[in-house]
Amino acid sequence: MSHSQLTEGIVPGRLDTEGYCKNFTDVAPPLGVQEARIAADRCYFCHDAPCMEACPTSIDVPLFIRQISTGTPEAAARTIFEQNILGGMCARVCPTETLCEGACVRMDSEGEPVEIGALQRFATDTLMAKQDHPFSRAPSTGKSVAVVGAGPAGLAAAHRLAMLGHEVTIYDAHAKPGGLNEYGIASYKAPGGFAQAEVAWLLQIGSITVVENWQLGRKGDGDLADLLGDHDAVFLGMGLSGVNALRLEGEDKSGIRPATEFIAELRQASDLASLPVGRDVVVIGGGMTAVDAAVQSKLLGALNVSLVYRRARAEMPASLHEQEHALTHGVSIIENAAPVAIHGNGAVREVEFAYTRSGPDGLEMTDATFRLPADQVFKAIGQTLGDTPAKVEVAGGKIKVDGAGRTTAPRVWAGGDCTHAGEDLTVTAVAQGRDAAQDIHHVLMEG
Amino acid sequence: MADLRSEFIGIKSPNPFWLASAPPTDKEYNVRRAFEAGWGGVVWKTLGSEGPPVVNVNGPRYGAIYGADRRLLGLNNIELITDRPLEVNLREIKSVKRDYPDRALIVSLMVPCDEDSWKAILARVEDTEADGVELNFGCPHGMAERGMGSAVGQVPEYIEMVTRWVKQHSRMPCIVKLTPNISDIRGPARAAKAGGADAVSLINTINSITSVDLDDFAPEPTIDGKGTHGGYCGPAVKPIALNMVAEIARDAETAGLPISGIGGVTTWRDGAEFMALGAGNVQVCTAAMTYGFKVVQEMISGLSEYMDRKGFTNTSELVGRAVPNVTDWQYLNLNYVTKAEIVQDDCIKCGRCFAACEDTSHQAIAMSEDRTFTVKDEECVACNLCVEVCPVDCIEMVQMAKGSVDPRTGETVGDYANWTTHPNNPSATAAE
Repeated sequence: MSHSQLTEGIVPGRLDTEGYCKNFTDVAPPLGVQEARIAADRCYFCHDAPCMEACPTSIDVPLFIRQISTGTPEAAARTIFEQNILGGMCARVCPTETLCEGACVRMDSEGEPVEIGALQRFATDTLMAKQDHPFSRAPSTGKSVAVVGAGPAGLAAAHRLAMLGHEVTIYDAHAKPGGLNEYGIASYKAPGGFAQAEVAWLLQIGSITVVENWQLGRKGDGDLADLLGDHDAVFLGMGLSGVNALRLEGEDKSGIRPATEFIAELRQASDLASLPVGRDVVVIGGGMTAVDAAVQSKLLGALNVSLVYRRARAEMPASLHEQEHALTHGVSIIENAAPVAIHGNGAVREVEFAYTRSGPDGLEMTDATFRLPADQVFKAIGQTLGDTPAKVEVAGGKIKVDGAGRTTAPRVWAGGDCTHAGEDLTVTAVAQGRDAAQDIHHVLMEG
Repeated sequence: MADLRSEFIGIKSPNPFWLASAPPTDKEYNVRRAFEAGWGGVVWKTLGSEGPPVVNVNGPRYGAIYGADRRLLGLNNIELITDRPLEVNLREIKSVKRDYPDRALIVSLMVPCDEDSWKAILARVEDTEADGVELNFGCPHGMAERGMGSAVGQVPEYIEMVTRWVKQHSRMPCIVKLTPNISDIRGPARAAKAGGADAVSLINTINSITSVDLDDFAPEPTIDGKGTHGGYCGPAVKPIALNMVAEIARDAETAGLPISGIGGVTTWRDGAEFMALGAGNVQVCTAAMTYGFKVVQEMISGLSEYMDRKGFTNTSELVGRAVPNVTDWQYLNLNYVTKAEIVQDDCIKCGRCFAACEDTSHQAIAMSEDRTFTVKDEECVACNLCVEVCPVDCIEMVQMAKGSVDPRTGETVGDYANWTTHPNNPSATAAE
């Protein structure tokens, strides 16, 4: 059985082995020593630096870059990890163009920022390659904290809590820890099993137990009351487990699935050639998930990939950088169009869209429609919170927290995508996990 | 194109850029390549007495310091004078001079401090028909331990004595090359003049240790675990050299003594600056050793374009033009009041001016919530630090008009007045 890019339907093996290797290599190869030195030399060591201000975890960017430029990348890594224990992953996945690099003063003078993300990776990779964990635990406090979810928020909270001397148990619904770092990020952003290596490195702090395949509220696993009975505090960082539906007739036809599932499957695939993909792929949505699904479809050998967004490109949640990434990989971006019907007999064959315009009451459908041939459709129009414990108040579909990450339930904190606070970014989740841990520590030690 | 032809103590060259006595001028092969590349003249690497030549170390001879992107800013060397036989050098000098009669070819010399040694070598150099000699009283490493080089240059009486021997035993123009490793450069310059030197050249290299190996705990360059001081040169030494050239140019006793400027000349602009401070021409080494001989082409085109812009037709119109403006601190106008002004449109809001002023100077820059930086005239002493640290050069110093009131001091900006008449000066002379 041999397939090519022209084969109709959802089939595996559209490319030869070399094609897969080439397509899924490191999207931004690491800087070499000389490249890092040159890149570091461009930092002005700004006062009260805008890049640091723009970083949700407030990494001291000028300091770590100066440490790189003086030949001490391990010290630079420590500066990074003190603020952001997942600094290695953030160096790979942060939308730096809208955060630190977007704020770099060199944008004003020459439109080319200091390569902060790449330099952060250089520093963190250098230290992590030595399997050297730069932190040690404080003396044991005798307190124990449950962390629900081993994603960025949960891992950051767990590490900080362990560092402060608490016993931590992380409960995660998946077979592997890492959360979106393991299941939700495009393969070429963190190749080589980086997510698992990072978790292993992080756990070197000690006193963290990870319980896998454990889901909050699932019969046989446990609920919030159980956790509060066994631990002094609970941190909820379970992310968003549901996906929004298109709410169209025919949505259940085969060939239509959530983009997140596809991305997770791709990340877990041991042989990319065995992964089926459509010839004509349509992705509905305009965020990072949509872009990741669209680009990876293309890289797996899909012939035509269209990303359709209901508003104008300027309003897409995916950054300009991400959009350009999609365009340069051959993805067509269609703006101002929303799906109105799914056509096909059993399996999807076409998606019908209506062009939209903005009216006085928001987005309006026009009468102008068009159809895109599709043998595979990915839905990427947002994720939703799964079941949450009744005692924890949810507002606007997300867990309500105060500035310190406290939920409405006593002894329960939350952070990351499952809360309403901040943007749904890895780096934001890390900041929230870390800060909640500090607050938990404060409360436990005072109480 | 301006005419760059230069005449220095009667020696003609097509441009004022000469290669200094150093590794690039040690052999016929290199010197021919230099002349082909366009250098106006060459000072042949220092010759020693007849007999077995000196030897060099067989480990590293150079150490360096760097700026951004490993740009070489300072070079240190522990190489000695030529380690090739005297007769080979002399034969090659003669051969090159015969083929390049329009270029300047000077021979650098360093022999023991006795009259016979000097007399002997001068006769042999004259035979080559070289244009002149340069007495190496400057090298600070190796040869100085043997009573030559800077060991001579640090004792004005020796300078005068040897220079006199040279003038007595040779018809050749004589340049005395001075060491900067001395407290007051004017002493050696005056001694050279007294001995009859036609010119001085400066600076030779500065005593230096470039760096320390922090694993082996040894100075660099390291030879089998040990290091020794070398001679420092390159862009980093230029300010020191400029000052020494100016000191000689404006000294009443040596005024008018031709000077060949040396020390970190890397671009046409460096050369022009040395010449404005009184150097009749310049000598270059580190720039060539870093980038190769072709750099002279930029120096030629740049100086030529500059001269056209200024309306100069001959380099002599540039030479010494800045010397009258070099003065002593006590004569600076204390009523020249300026204030820093940040050009907001060009500011990239890095805040370096703020950090520098707030932490280390006069707290004269304000920073707003939105990172707008403004100068507080009532605090600004016009030190210029903000200008120096600004990465985009968006800060200007603006002069306050005569008659206006300096908000810092509350005093009215008046006419020229200096320290010699200032009331705080205990030895002030009464103002008329």
